[in-house]
Amino acid sequence: MTELQRIQDEALSAVSQAESLASLDEVRVQYLGKKGLISEQMKTLGRLPPEDRPAAGAQINVVRDAVSEAIETKKSALEQAAEDLALARDAIDVTLPGRPRAVGGLHPVTRTLERLNTLFASLGYEVATGPEIEDDWHNFEALNIPSHHPARAMHDTFYFEDGRVLRTHTSPVQIRTLMSNEPPIRIVAPGRVYRCDHDLTHTPMFHQIEGLVVDRDISFSDLKGTLVMFLNRFFEADLDVRFRPSYFPFTEPSAEVDVQCVMCEGSGCRVCKQTGWLEVMGCGMVHPKVFEQTGVDTSIYTGFAFGMGVERLAMLRYGIGDLRLFFENDLQFLKQFHG
Amino acid sequence: MKASISWLKSLCPADISDDELVSRLTMAGLEVDAIEPASNIFSQVVVGEVVSVSPHPDADKLNVCEVTDGSETFQVVCGAANVRTGLKAPFAKVGGQVGPDFQIKEAKLRGVVSQGMLCGADELGLSDERDGLMELASDAPVGESLDRYLGLPDAIVEVDLTPNRGDCLSITGLARELSVLTETTFNAVPCDAVSPVVDDRFKVRLMAPEGCPVYVGRVIKGVDITAPTPLWMVERLRRSGLRSIDAVVDITNYVMLELGQPMHAFDLAQLSQEVQVRFASSGETLTLLDGKELTLGDDILVIADAEKPLALAGIMGGEHSGISESTRDVFLESAFFDPIVIAGKARRFGLHTDASARFERGVDWQLAERASERATALLVEICGGQPGPRVTTEEPAYLPAIREVELTHSRLRQQLRIDLPASQVSGMLEALGCEVAETTQGFRCKAPSWRFDLSIEQDLVEEVARIYGYNNLPVSLPAQAVSMAPVPEAETPVSRLKHYLVDQDLQEVITYSFVAPESQAMLGDGQVGVRLANPIASNMAEMRRSLFPGLVDAVRHNVNRQASRVRVFEMGQCFVGTDAGLDQSERLGLALYGQVDPVHFQGARDVDFFDLKGLISGVSQLNGGPEITWTPATHPALAPGQTAELSVDGQVIGVAGRLHPKWAKSLDLPKPLYLMDAKLAPFLSGQVTAFKAISRYPRVSRDLAVLVNKAITWADVRSAVASVNDSRIRDVQLFDVYQGPGVSQGMQSLALTVSLQDTESTLDEAAIQEVIEAVVSVLKTKLNAELRG
Repeated sequence: MTELQRIQDEALSAVSQAESLASLDEVRVQYLGKKGLISEQMKTLGRLPPEDRPAAGAQINVVRDAVSEAIETKKSALEQAAEDLALARDAIDVTLPGRPRAVGGLHPVTRTLERLNTLFASLGYEVATGPEIEDDWHNFEALNIPSHHPARAMHDTFYFEDGRVLRTHTSPVQIRTLMSNEPPIRIVAPGRVYRCDHDLTHTPMFHQIEGLVVDRDISFSDLKGTLVMFLNRFFEADLDVRFRPSYFPFTEPSAEVDVQCVMCEGSGCRVCKQTGWLEVMGCGMVHPKVFEQTGVDTSIYTGFAFGMGVERLAMLRYGIGDLRLFFENDLQFLKQFHG
Repeated sequence: MKASISWLKSLCPADISDDELVSRLTMAGLEVDAIEPASNIFSQVVVGEVVSVSPHPDADKLNVCEVTDGSETFQVVCGAANVRTGLKAPFAKVGGQVGPDFQIKEAKLRGVVSQGMLCGADELGLSDERDGLMELASDAPVGESLDRYLGLPDAIVEVDLTPNRGDCLSITGLARELSVLTETTFNAVPCDAVSPVVDDRFKVRLMAPEGCPVYVGRVIKGVDITAPTPLWMVERLRRSGLRSIDAVVDITNYVMLELGQPMHAFDLAQLSQEVQVRFASSGETLTLLDGKELTLGDDILVIADAEKPLALAGIMGGEHSGISESTRDVFLESAFFDPIVIAGKARRFGLHTDASARFERGVDWQLAERASERATALLVEICGGQPGPRVTTEEPAYLPAIREVELTHSRLRQQLRIDLPASQVSGMLEALGCEVAETTQGFRCKAPSWRFDLSIEQDLVEEVARIYGYNNLPVSLPAQAVSMAPVPEAETPVSRLKHYLVDQDLQEVITYSFVAPESQAMLGDGQVGVRLANPIASNMAEMRRSLFPGLVDAVRHNVNRQASRVRVFEMGQCFVGTDAGLDQSERLGLALYGQVDPVHFQGARDVDFFDLKGLISGVSQLNGGPEITWTPATHPALAPGQTAELSVDGQVIGVAGRLHPKWAKSLDLPKPLYLMDAKLAPFLSGQVTAFKAISRYPRVSRDLAVLVNKAITWADVRSAVASVNDSRIRDVQLFDVYQGPGVSQGMQSLALTVSLQDTESTLDEAAIQEVIEAVVSVLKTKLNAELRG
């Protein structure tokens, strides 16, 4: 066995025995470093006759390459093992809960109002608002409800000492809009309204949304068409809708709108009191007295208006059985309306 | 208005089922709220007569009776106290049925055979009260089926009338409407004049003709007040929800139900000299039939005699002058009272009577005489007596006018989009009682005296639509709008704000706009909110000035129900008194309580002031919203040292901080609650981006640690750095605040990162040093800050 052969055998054995990257590097230095055993062999070439040097040099190179390759292979293996170890150490139970990023939610009234606003916006309605403490004129007089009018008894009104009232409906927004805008007008007016009534099916505060359209040649058919389309879109169902004559001082003709019961599809249930119909809104053609009060030229313009209770729509839409839940603000209730 | 269908059909013999009738009325705007049978279901119940009564051998409270149905006699055991020989009562035979679940069988009661049952009115569903056997009139035909005798089966409809349809507060009104809807003949109630037998009259003076332009009076002498009201009348009254009182009162009530004319019967002996219809003098008193004493105002119309008020006109009679057991002679009133004079008056006294309900809505002003005749005829028939002449006192100038209303073809077409033949339209209007003349343009109608709601063209449009059927009218959509709605980009939509807060894990709440004055007092600013004159409860008496009370309530409600973290917001109007009047603009409120995030196995911490501040800063950044200045402040509801006033452009917009521990304790909130209440509008004021060139040169940053007195705020430091006024300084961020070993008492170490960038060139070290030295120097001069080693 030549010296070179012995060095190679020793080197390869040392490589295979190295157990860490550090000890492997020591082996590399020992054999391939500047003063390593194989490098030292190169230095011996000078002592050989010139004609022997190429062959001897080639032999040393073969050994150097073999050792170098063995070291690289071993290095990869050790690195791989280290990485495997690190990964094993970092392994986690991926079924553990994530760091929570919870989402809140809108109140069902707001959620419903947003849908209503969106639906009407697609027909060109803009949103209008008004104050909740109103004067008698906007809440009653201008809407053709003079003080002696029996319809005042239908509104259990909250009063203030100065004669102002908490608005009993969103209809005063109609008046404010008619006073400040020229037709054509298309608005919806959502908001809080107040009635002095508190029992299982009444809360002293609730929400309404009012719609008003004033333009040339607006007809009762337009009103019907608008509301039928609205109700079908809102409930996302092809429901029967019927119009019944009714009475509101600020519309003439006036109608109540019934929709086929969304709970029983019209076959009769507790919610619709076995009638198959749900009363969902009031509407009508704007009364000429309202136009007179607000300075709209009745020889040019006609219009329609409608109003509905937002909680009622939300109750029907989401199957909520108890009105009082809306203002208890219990998170167990509110959290059901996803953000 | 409750109405018996059989009574209705006696005036309008429409051949339709009960369901159809309900549907027709409802779809014509006379909404039927309920329909119920007029009695229990029963069968084989006849008019029986008790032939003999003897005590039961083995039971104290039972009797053994013989009852005949006219052809056979049956032994019946009966426990009613009023059973007696000769009594006529409903008799349910063996094999028959009383009520849905009760079959009549031959049975032994305490050993004695009973072949059938004598019935009480309650058992037949004819009364809510248990009051022994139902006593039938002595002339009741023995053996006749009780169904036929009582006009059963019958159903009662309850019609929920709108305030404009006072004309339908009578069987006549409903029947007239039904006849139009079903195109059936309408048989008016005969009201033939009753010939006077005596010439007694009583003087009537109309001293307030604007309130009462016509008053029909009649004296009827020698009335037998004890005469029983016939069963048919008792039944019709019952089916309309009225109890039988005595024959005279029953008759006035009956005529009111039948024709719609409220009437009143006075005891003539109690009237002094004359009847005056006048307004009360302020302070006059009157004791009503129900014993209640009223003090009257001068806008109250009364019926008085020469001495004193006798009755509230059109509302209720007085105790003193009413019919009593000793009444012999009756003065019958049938009058028209103006709706506007009557409206609201009953309510003022806490009353709601059948008369006031009708007069407020309008009673047919041409009806008084006919009603008087009808009542007189019934009175004489039932109670005997000698009628005097009918005396009508009137002031024709004050009577309502017959209203003439034009309806044009074009209006009808435009509003309803239908083209009806003129004859069809005039037919409808005539059926409703209008006098119609066709014109070239359309129709000229005289409204009937009972319809107070027909005064303008649109009213007639509604009538035509109603009779034609709303649901038969066509459907269309208005022509699309011709202009685009503006979309102001600088205005942040409210929904954007709401959705942002929702995404930050806040739940929207809606709390009442009225709160308890005590909970509002915690705002402690000495102001008093706007108080309701008629609150529904004392804890809902004051309009909220801030969203704090509602939010605190909502948090508390949930903490009391074991919620460990509550993060809520509300937007809504608040009502704040200002020098310029009441400000009722919208406000935004936030409340954070408990853990920042839901429980996680790696731990969670509770919210603190900086969570609230960070959230508010987030909101203010939406759409380039307002720059908010935070100034240390105090607030009675909030903890000192953790309270800040928020302002925008020098204007205070709200306050934020931790709920004062004393309030938290009194509200049983174990953890700190962080609150904000601020005007909403500033948060909605964003901006349209104005593009600025971006720098292509690198950004560099340098960290500084400075020692400053603890009293120096971060805001002071920021504004000092800003005062260097070097556009190359892009940002200053605080990354550490330290007090403790190595920093002397009363001092704090602030570590900041200053970011620098130039738009013209890459900053070299010399330039960087220059800027940093300027910063250090400013901090030293303005804040006495020392650079830390």
